[in-house]
Amino acid sequence: MRAHFRRPIAVLFVLVALVSMQNRASLAAGAADIPTDRAAVEHALNRLAFGPKPGQVEAIRRLGLSRWIDQQLNPSAIDDSALAARLTPLPDRPADIGRGAARNLSEQQRMEAQRRARQFSRQSVQTLAAQKLTRAIYSERQLEEVLVDFWFNHFNVFAGKGRSAGYIPEYERDAIRPHVFGSFRDLLGATAKSPAMLFYLDNWLSADPKAAEQMQQQAQRVRRRGRLGGAGNDMPPQNQQGPRRNGLNENYARELMELHTLGVDGGYTQQDIVEVARALTGWTLANGLDGGFRFMPALHDRGEKKVLGHTIRAGGGMEDGERVLDIVAAHPSTARHIATKLVRRFVNDEPPAALVDKVAATFTKTKGDLREVVRTLVTAPEFYAAEHRNAKVKTPLEFVVSGVRTTGREARDARPMLNALQQLGMAPYMCQPPTGYDDTAETWVSAGALVTRMNIAQQLAPQRAAEIGGPEFQRH
Amino acid sequence: MTSRRIFLKSGAMTMLSLGFAPSFLARAAAAATGRRRLLIAVFQRGAVDGLNMIVPFGEAEYYRLRPTIAVARPGAQDGAIALDDFFGLHPRMRALKPLWDNKSLAIVHASGSHDRTRSHFDAQDYMESGTPGVKSTRDGWLNRYLQASAADPSPLRGVAVARQMPRAMQGKAPSLTFGNVDSFEVRGGMDSRQNFERAFSEADNPLLRGTAKDAFEAMRTLRTIGTPYRPSAEYPRSPFGQALQEIARVAKADIGLEVAFAESNNWDHHANEGSTQGQIAQRLDDLATGLAALSADLGERLSDTVILTMSEFGRTAAENGNRGTDHGHGNAMMIIGGPVKGGRVYGTWPGLKIDQRFEGRDLAITTDFRDVFNEIVTSHLGLSKDGIARVLPGYTPAQSLGLITV
Repeated sequence: MRAHFRRPIAVLFVLVALVSMQNRASLAAGAADIPTDRAAVEHALNRLAFGPKPGQVEAIRRLGLSRWIDQQLNPSAIDDSALAARLTPLPDRPADIGRGAARNLSEQQRMEAQRRARQFSRQSVQTLAAQKLTRAIYSERQLEEVLVDFWFNHFNVFAGKGRSAGYIPEYERDAIRPHVFGSFRDLLGATAKSPAMLFYLDNWLSADPKAAEQMQQQAQRVRRRGRLGGAGNDMPPQNQQGPRRNGLNENYARELMELHTLGVDGGYTQQDIVEVARALTGWTLANGLDGGFRFMPALHDRGEKKVLGHTIRAGGGMEDGERVLDIVAAHPSTARHIATKLVRRFVNDEPPAALVDKVAATFTKTKGDLREVVRTLVTAPEFYAAEHRNAKVKTPLEFVVSGVRTTGREARDARPMLNALQQLGMAPYMCQPPTGYDDTAETWVSAGALVTRMNIAQQLAPQRAAEIGGPEFQRH
Repeated sequence: MTSRRIFLKSGAMTMLSLGFAPSFLARAAAAATGRRRLLIAVFQRGAVDGLNMIVPFGEAEYYRLRPTIAVARPGAQDGAIALDDFFGLHPRMRALKPLWDNKSLAIVHASGSHDRTRSHFDAQDYMESGTPGVKSTRDGWLNRYLQASAADPSPLRGVAVARQMPRAMQGKAPSLTFGNVDSFEVRGGMDSRQNFERAFSEADNPLLRGTAKDAFEAMRTLRTIGTPYRPSAEYPRSPFGQALQEIARVAKADIGLEVAFAESNNWDHHANEGSTQGQIAQRLDDLATGLAALSADLGERLSDTVILTMSEFGRTAAENGNRGTDHGHGNAMMIIGGPVKGGRVYGTWPGLKIDQRFEGRDLAITTDFRDVFNEIVTSHLGLSKDGIARVLPGYTPAQSLGLITV
C-alpha cells in the first residue's frame, strides 16, 4: 500500500519539478535570445545602466549578460552597501517648520521660520540632486536607478513651485523608488497621494464648489467665535495664509489622464476630466502644507460620476478616487502609452511598433507588473537589434554620468556635474512642466548644446576631453 | 525717451514713404549688408491670463466673473491703463504705453488656436508647429519660414536665446540656441577647437555632424561681435530680460538675423494669481519692461523689426476657487515694431456673457493665431503667398487684419 502511495507522489514531484524548471526557463527571460558579444554587453550597459565603468564589460561577459539582467531585475539581492557611505545626508527638517508651532509666534519669528523653511527646501533639493548623481555613478543597482529616473520623469513634479522642494526627497523615496519593479497601480496610487503631486498639480485645493462654500462660511463663523485652533477634523486649514477653496481644480485630473496614464490621444474628453476631478475632490493635505495625504469628506463631491464609460455611484467618499485610479490604470490606452514611452527611452526615438505591442501585451496580461514589463522589453530580440544600437543620442544626464563612469575616477563633489546639467537644460528635479524632460535627440542636439558638451568634457575629464566631448560619445 | 521713440517711428514712416518698402529691394539691400527684416517671437509659456493682461474694462461681465482678481477700471486706484474706451493695459505694463501712443504697439484680442485642447503640452506644440490639431508635424513654423524663404543656410538667420531649442525653431533649416553670445565658444584654445571640429565633421550621425558644422561656422561669425555688450536701454535682470538683450545684441550686429525667439515662463496661475499685485503682476512687469527695453535698445533697427507675443491658450473667464484661473481658450497677442500699424486693438470682441463664451466658460476666439502669423510672414518678412503654404500647411487665410504697413 505504501509503495502504491509513494509512487504517484514521486511522479507528482517529478512533474512539479519539470513544470517549475520550465517556468524558470521562461522567466530567465528568453535567455537564448540575448546575444553575448562585447557590443551587446556595451549596448545593455548604455541603455540599462548609465554606461560602462572600466572593466565592467569584461566582468559581465564572464558572468553572462542574461544573468546580469536577471540580477538587475531583482535589485534587492544586489549588495549596494558601498553606495550608502557615499551619499551626503539630507538636511534635517527644522522643528518650527510646522504651522502649529508657528501659530503663537510674532510676525518676525514667523518670517524667520519661513526663511528657514525655504532654506530647508532649497538644501533638500540640492542634496537630493547630488545623491541622484552619486547613485547614478556608483550604485550597483543600475537598472533601478535608470527606472527611478524614468518614473520620476513620467510622474514629474517641479522643485521650483512654492514649497514643492521640501516634499521631493520623500516623493522619490516613498512614492517612486519602491514601485519601479512593482505594480503600476501601486505606483500611480502612491504618486496620487503624495504631498509633492497633490501640491504640484493643485489637487489639494480642489473641492466640491457647494461644500467649499459652506466650509468657508463655517470657517468664518468659527473664526468669529475665536476658536480657530479648535476646528473639527474635517475642517480644512484656515488661517490668514490658508487656502481658499471654493471650487473644482482640474489640473491633476487632466495630467493624470494625459501624461500619467491614457496618453494625450487615449480617448478621454473634457467631460471625463471634470468627472475625474470631481471624484478626486477631498484628496488633500493634512494640516495645510505641512502634513501628509488626507481625505477630507467635507470637500468631496458625493454626486454620481461617469468616468470613461464607468459609473461611480453617488454617496461615495475617498474610494471614488481609488476607483478612478483603477479605471485609468486598467485602460488599454494606458498599457500602450506606458509601453511607447518605455520603448522610446530604452530602444529608439521612433519606437518600433512590434516591440511596443509586445510590451503593452505584457502590461495588460500582468495587470501592470512593471518587473515583467521591463523584462519583456530588455529580453526582446528587438532590444538588441543592430539598427537600435547607438541609435539614441544621450540626454544631458546620460552624457554627464556616463562621462564620469567611463573615466573610473572618484567624483566626490557633485557640484560641477550639477552645473553642467543646468547649463544643458536638464537640472535634476527642475523640469517645470508636468511632461517631464523630453527623451528624444531633437530636443537635446543643437549647436549650442554641442558646444556646451565639448566644454563640459574638458572640465569634467580633461585627460579624455577629445573623446568624451567628441561625436561618438554623444550616442549610445 | 518718448520723443526719441516718436522720432524712430516717424523715421520708419519716412523710409517707407520714400519707397524703401518693396520687399525685393529690401531683401537685395539686406543680402549686401547682413541686415534683414527681423521677427522676434516671444512665447509666454504656461498660458498667460490675457484678460488680466489686456483688460476688457468695458465689459461688466468681466468684473462679475472675477470678484477678487479683476483689474479695476481706468481712473480707479491701480486701475487699468486705458488704450481705448474698452480695453486697458494691466497697470504694471505701463512701460509699453509709449509704444502704444506712438502707434508701434498693436493688440489682437480674442485670438488663439481653434483647437479645443486645454493641455499646455499640446497647445504649445500646436502653436509652435503652426499646425493646430496635427501632432505629426515634425518641424516648427519659424524653421519652415527659414526653409521657405532663402537658400542661404547660415545658422545665424535663426537664433533662440533659451536653454533648449524651442519647438518653433526645430527643423531642417540650421539655427542657433544659446544662453548668451559669449558662452557660444569652445574653450581650451585653438587646438581643442580644431580637434573637435575635425572629429564632428567625420561623424557618421548626420544630426550630430550637421549641427556641429553650423556651430563652428556660427562661432567664427559671433567672434566678430564686440564684447562686452553695452545696451542703450536698461533690461530687467530676469532671465527673460537678459535673453532679449542678447537678441538685440545679435540683431544690431547685422550678421543676418531674421528670426529670433525668447521665452517668458511661469504664467500658469491656478492659485493666488493676484491682480495688480501678486504673481501675475510681477510676471507682467517683467514682460513689459523687457519688451520696452528691447524696443528702445533696437533703436533705428526697430524700423524693420516686428516683435510678436503669444501664449498657448487663455484662461477661464471666471476666477476659480483658489483665486486663480484654469486652462481656457482665447487670449491676446501683442505686436510691436516699426512696420506695425499700432495704437489699435484688432479682432472682434466676442463678449464674456455665458452664451458668448467658448463652451460656456472661456473667452471665444475670433482670430486664428495663424492669421497673425500669416500677415507677419507675408507682409513684414515678405514671403510669397506660395511660400506661406509651406510655413502654415493646411491653413487658408481667413481674414486680413491689416496689422502691417505694406
